[in-house]
Amino acid sequence: MKGYKEIIASYADVPGGIIEAYHAVQKELSYLPEEAIFEAAKVFNIPVSEAYGVATFYSMFSVKPRGKNVIRICESAPCHVAGAAEVVAALERELGICMGESTPDGLFALEFTECVGQCQATPVITINGKPYLNVSPAKVPKILAEYK
Amino acid sequence: MAEEMRIVLRNYGKIDPLKIEDYIAQGGYKALEKARSMDREALIEEVKKSKLRGRGGAGFNCGQKWSFAYQAQADQKYVVCNADEGEPGTYKDRLIMENDPHTLIEGMAICAYAIGATKGYIYCRGEYPHLVDVLNTAIKQAKEKGFLDGFDLQVRSGAGAYVCGEETALIESIEGHRGEPRFKPPYPPSEGLWGKPTIVNNVETFANIPVIVEKGADWYASIGVPSYPGTKVFTLTGDINNKTFFEVPTNTTIRELIYKYGGGIPGGKKFKAVQIGGTSGAFIPEELLDTPVAFDNMAAIGATLGSGAVFVLDETRNIVDVVTRIAKFFEHESCGKCAPCREGTARMHEIMSKLNSGKGSAKDIETLSRLGRVMSYSCLCGLGQAAPAPVLTTIQHFKADYNAKLV
Amino acid sequence: MVNLTIDGIKVSVPEGSTILQAAKEVGIKIPTLCYHPDQSVKANCRVCVCEVEGNRLLQAACSTPVTEGMVVKTRTPKVIEARRTILELILSNHPQDCLNCPRNGNCELQTLAEEYFIRDIPFEHKVRGLAKDTSTPAIVRDPDKCILCRRCIEACSVTQSVYALGLEDRGHEAMVVPTMGKSLMDSPCAMCGQCIHACPVGAITENEQLDELLAAIADPDKIVVTQIAPAVRLAIAEEVGMKPGEMPMDVFVAGLRQVGFDYVLHTNFTADLTIIEEGNELLKRLNEGGVLPMFTSCSPGWINFCETYYPDLLDHLSTCKSPQQMFGALVKTYWAEKMGIDPAKIYSVSIMPCTAKKYEATRPEMQDSGYRDVDLVLTTREIGRLFRMSGIDFTKLEGAPFDSWMGKYTGAGVIFGATGGVMEAALRTVYEVVTKEELKDVNFTAVRGMEGIKEAEVDLKGTVVKVAVAHGLSNARKLMDQVREGKSPYHFIEIMACPGGCIGGGGQPITKSNAQRQVRIDAIYAEDESCEIRKSHENSEVKILYDEFLHEPLGHKSHELLHTHYHPKNKKYL
Repeated sequence: MKGYKEIIASYADVPGGIIEAYHAVQKELSYLPEEAIFEAAKVFNIPVSEAYGVATFYSMFSVKPRGKNVIRICESAPCHVAGAAEVVAALERELGICMGESTPDGLFALEFTECVGQCQATPVITINGKPYLNVSPAKVPKILAEYK
Repeated sequence: MAEEMRIVLRNYGKIDPLKIEDYIAQGGYKALEKARSMDREALIEEVKKSKLRGRGGAGFNCGQKWSFAYQAQADQKYVVCNADEGEPGTYKDRLIMENDPHTLIEGMAICAYAIGATKGYIYCRGEYPHLVDVLNTAIKQAKEKGFLDGFDLQVRSGAGAYVCGEETALIESIEGHRGEPRFKPPYPPSEGLWGKPTIVNNVETFANIPVIVEKGADWYASIGVPSYPGTKVFTLTGDINNKTFFEVPTNTTIRELIYKYGGGIPGGKKFKAVQIGGTSGAFIPEELLDTPVAFDNMAAIGATLGSGAVFVLDETRNIVDVVTRIAKFFEHESCGKCAPCREGTARMHEIMSKLNSGKGSAKDIETLSRLGRVMSYSCLCGLGQAAPAPVLTTIQHFKADYNAKLV
Repeated sequence: MVNLTIDGIKVSVPEGSTILQAAKEVGIKIPTLCYHPDQSVKANCRVCVCEVEGNRLLQAACSTPVTEGMVVKTRTPKVIEARRTILELILSNHPQDCLNCPRNGNCELQTLAEEYFIRDIPFEHKVRGLAKDTSTPAIVRDPDKCILCRRCIEACSVTQSVYALGLEDRGHEAMVVPTMGKSLMDSPCAMCGQCIHACPVGAITENEQLDELLAAIADPDKIVVTQIAPAVRLAIAEEVGMKPGEMPMDVFVAGLRQVGFDYVLHTNFTADLTIIEEGNELLKRLNEGGVLPMFTSCSPGWINFCETYYPDLLDHLSTCKSPQQMFGALVKTYWAEKMGIDPAKIYSVSIMPCTAKKYEATRPEMQDSGYRDVDLVLTTREIGRLFRMSGIDFTKLEGAPFDSWMGKYTGAGVIFGATGGVMEAALRTVYEVVTKEELKDVNFTAVRGMEGIKEAEVDLKGTVVKVAVAHGLSNARKLMDQVREGKSPYHFIEIMACPGGCIGGGGQPITKSNAQRQVRIDAIYAEDESCEIRKSHENSEVKILYDEFLHEPLGHKSHELLHTHYHPKNKKYL
């Protein structure tokens, strides 16, 4: 696993590259630790207050530690009418946590997301960015098994 | 009855998107060659004459926009592709990029030549990480073939912010800032990315360009509705038999979309409402279904064409419930910069929730109407201006659903 | 010029003007909240929206440039409805406790709510219930009151380059927060208080300590002694409905006695003393090859900034304490002895234009008298409140003199209140000390005024001393970066944290524009002109102080009481 310093440094020459750098850090660490935000501020020569403002603006970034595999459930209208609520309930039940929480073993985080653009097969969830289509409560255990 | 016609999806299923040779074999990059042999002003004039209007939602004449950036004097200009497709129920840009990335790249390269830009960015939404690889591969291939000489094109990722579909917010995000819209004027063609003249067009808009250059403005202008010619890609969701996509000329009616292409409502249920253009679109009742989907025709019935999402609801759906969910979307996606959107979207959601849980009164509907009206012309950007549309149009057309839930 | 019509009135304004500016030309007031005359346009509150013919959308007057033939309407039913709705939205999550808000009666939102006839707000009243930030002894943030106009962020980052404030989250969750969402104390905050002036509402205020003063006054065992900083008198007038500088000094003194201060002395006295010590320190550094350029050390906001951002340059700071702290150290030693008062009974209160002074007084090193040197620091605004509470009609109050031994001052002490003043005062003295000749013209006008960085050269009979003056910390940063790079051409640099100097300090009457600062500066120099003695070394009470107590500048006693040292702040969240 690469350290955040190394990761951020590799984007130093990218104009406005802080968002790319944050993505790369999260790929390794699943969230943006304080130190990574300091480092990004330094590398991109912006105040820490601004680097923090960027980190907290985008819904994909988390400044709090969270589970390694981030499960995001679309709750936009097309998924909503297709039964996203039942999928939410199934995931919460299966993982024993509520939306917005992470499992105690640090394996999963549960989050809402807005539309992920796979609306031909609703409801949709993504795990670490990978979409799962036409998800039903019955499919949930099998999907999760891939990551256990 | 209009038939399906593929312009931006012309290579869908016909080529291996990761093989530039396939694209070239279909005539790809010929338009770029032709464009580069043309005088810049003549090229822009051609695009203008085609009457191609931006497919991102605002519907501005594309060539006109290019001419502003062309005329602007600057040491650096940029071409930016808005691939931050965030409208719920929309995935047409993904289809284009997944299946034919080179048409986008070619369209951008033509624009770059036209306005004199040497740098470009594709701002791809964070929800499409797989597309970043597709686009980078395609760019690399185009570079190797020498199609991108003098045009440095890069991909940037969003990170989960619907508002970044607004062009100035998108620019802020490319610059590495919070994706908050700027006030306008100045408009991007005069002051955009890093303060330089910038053209921001949607994926679908750029994908039209090579075909327009190749076949000519007159050919393009003759397709569909004259004021908004060409085709539009629609993605069908909700209570519809064919949850899929279609590219059709702009004189296609909403009814055709739902019943001809969409195959109607499943389970023999009756139609109740359709929301077109994404989650900020108007809800349209049965009696307006014969409206053509073109921009101005939609505007005439108080609706928008927007992204081309078609979200159908059958008779069993409760409008108030669906709109409450939509109101939550806007509360979550407001950037928080301007007061009427920041506070207004939250209050809209609050009042909708109250109505949806059966605790609302007629006075709440009145408040909602006033709030929506004020937001629609007071908010800083298109997000806040469009956010009340679902609420206002459902109060207008589906008042019975609201009344049924009153205390 | 561009011609347009606003509410039926024709107006011609220069190209590039906004609707807001054009409307002002013809006497039409358009309401604003996020607009600030000395800041960039934000256009985020939207209360300035107007109708522009041919446009369905209302246009923000603050950001929309005028165009030829434009027809603007600023008070149509559509506009009024929009403004009222926006105000209702803002108010619906704003605490409705105007009566006990520090900005009661001086709040832009409150004023607009009154003007726009806000009565029954249809939205549920919901306040977030966030905790106040009381982490610093100087500034209190009440985030529930924040209306997210972002003026404080610009004051902090652009004007001051302190970057202690930023945004967190987005949408309805968005908040203005100190760096990384921590407390102000953990942030690089310099406590200059410029954010307070920028804030249109009561979301940022000084740490109010009037109760502590009232308790001390009520305590028969305490002898309450006060010092008044030079910038205060000019501005206190504004707090009681007079124009800047309109309250005569002796009336101010009489007012302070009326409200219960036992002795009234003047910080100007130690301002003059600072000049003697600092002037001699400069000469010593010049003669003995000390660290140059030397920076002034009177402004505690600047000291905080230097300790935070330039810990490597602390040796450049004059070791002189600020006049407030020199006063504090002397009042419980020299003055107590002169007056025959037990220093343990002295409650030393300073009245300052400054919020950072509240912090400075709490520094652990500021106890050289054997007690806490300054017990309480109150701002001009707090004294204004006290005066209003007292019911005094200052136009009818008869003046009174300062008390003895530390009340006398010169014009040089007076000008400490304005940017360039410390430099000018120092030059008046240094010139005469070095050349042993009388200075013909005491006015060093090159270092005066609102220009961000000013420089001058003074010929001390063969020795040319190059000086620079900066006010506002962004300007200071430019000079500091020069020093850090080893490229500074100067020998002596004056820095005041606040724009305009102390007259624009964070504790002054809420200041909406630099124009207001300029009026106070003019009043300062008028007072200097009117002083019989305008050079610090000619202050007779200062002479007595040296004769009887300190013996010599930079001497043993001075080092013990009047000089200090600085510490890197080692802030994590820069």
